[in-house]
Amino acid sequence: MKRLILCLCGLLAGHAADAMEVRQFDDPAKQERYETLIKDVRCLVCQNQSLAESDAELAKDLRTEVYNIIESGKSSEEAVQFLTDRYGDFVLYRPPFKSITLLLWLGPFLLLAGGAVFLWKQARRRAEAAQQEEALSAEERRRLQQLKDRFQG
Amino acid sequence: MRFAIPLVIFVLLVVLLGVGLTLDPREVPSPLIGKPAPAFSLPEVAAADRTLSLDQLKGQVFLLNVWASWCVSCRQEHPVLVEFSKRGIVPIYGLNYKDTRDDALAWLKRFGDPYRASAFDEDGKMGIEWGVYGVPETFLVDKHGVIRYKQTGPVTPEDLENKILPLIRELQSAA
Repeated sequence: MKRLILCLCGLLAGHAADAMEVRQFDDPAKQERYETLIKDVRCLVCQNQSLAESDAELAKDLRTEVYNIIESGKSSEEAVQFLTDRYGDFVLYRPPFKSITLLLWLGPFLLLAGGAVFLWKQARRRAEAAQQEEALSAEERRRLQQLKDRFQG
Repeated sequence: MRFAIPLVIFVLLVVLLGVGLTLDPREVPSPLIGKPAPAFSLPEVAAADRTLSLDQLKGQVFLLNVWASWCVSCRQEHPVLVEFSKRGIVPIYGLNYKDTRDDALAWLKRFGDPYRASAFDEDGKMGIEWGVYGVPETFLVDKHGVIRYKQTGPVTPEDLENKILPLIRELQSAA
C-alpha cells in the first residue's frame, strides 16, 4: 500500500513538473483559449507530446508565439494558421477535413457501415435458412427425445 | 472463394503495416516547399555589425543549412558540407540556430567553415519562420527565392549526389 501511494505521488509530481512556465493573461477567456489550444497541438520534437506537455526548447518558443498571438487579441484560428503555415497539418491532433484526410475521417464510419451490412446480411441468411428448414419427422423427433433423455438423465 | 476473403484482408493488412514500418514519422513534410522563402535579416555569426538578409541571397540557387555547435548530428553532417562547398557548385549559407557566437565561431574554426556566411539566429525566431523543428535541416532555394527542397536531419553524400545535386542543376539551368 505504501508503495502504491509513493508511486501515485511520483505520478502526480511528474505531472506537476510538466506544467511548464506560468503564462498569465489579463483575460480569463484568453487564458482558456490558450490552454485549450496548446493541448491540441503536437510538439514536433517529441511527437507523442502536445505543445502543453513538452519540455523541448522549440515547444517553449512556440508556446510563446501562441501566447503572443492570443494576447494580442487574435483568434485561435489565427494561431493555428500560424503553426500550420510553418509546420503543416501534422502539428494538429485534429487534422482538418481535406481530400487527403478523407479516409482518416470517414474510414471508421465506412468500417462501421461495412460491419453493419455484413451482420444484416448474415442475419437475413440465417432467418431464411430457418424458414426453409423442414420440420422434423415423427421418427426424428423420437430419436431427438431419446438423445436428450440420455444426456440429461 | 469465401475462405480467400480473410486471407486477402490479412495480406492487405500486412502490406499496409509493412509500408508503415518503412516510413519515418520524424520526417514532417514542409508546407513551405514551393513557397517563397520567409524573409529575414540577421547579424552574421562572424561579425555582429554585418547583416545577412534574404534579399542579398536572391537571384541565385543556394543552400541554407541550419546548424548549431551543440547539435550532435551537425558534427556528422559537417564534413560532407565542407567537401561540397569546395566543389563550388552552389553557395551554402548557414543559419546558426540558438547558439552563442563564441561557441559557433570556435566550432567553425575547429571543423572548417563551408558557409559563405551564417545568419546568427540567437532566439530561434528565424528558425520558427522557416518551420525548423530540429537541427540540422537544409533548404534548397531557387533563383526566385522559392524553397524547392528541404532535408530534415544530416545530409549524407548519397543524398547530395542522388537527390540534391540533380535538383540544383535543374534549378540552375532554369530561367
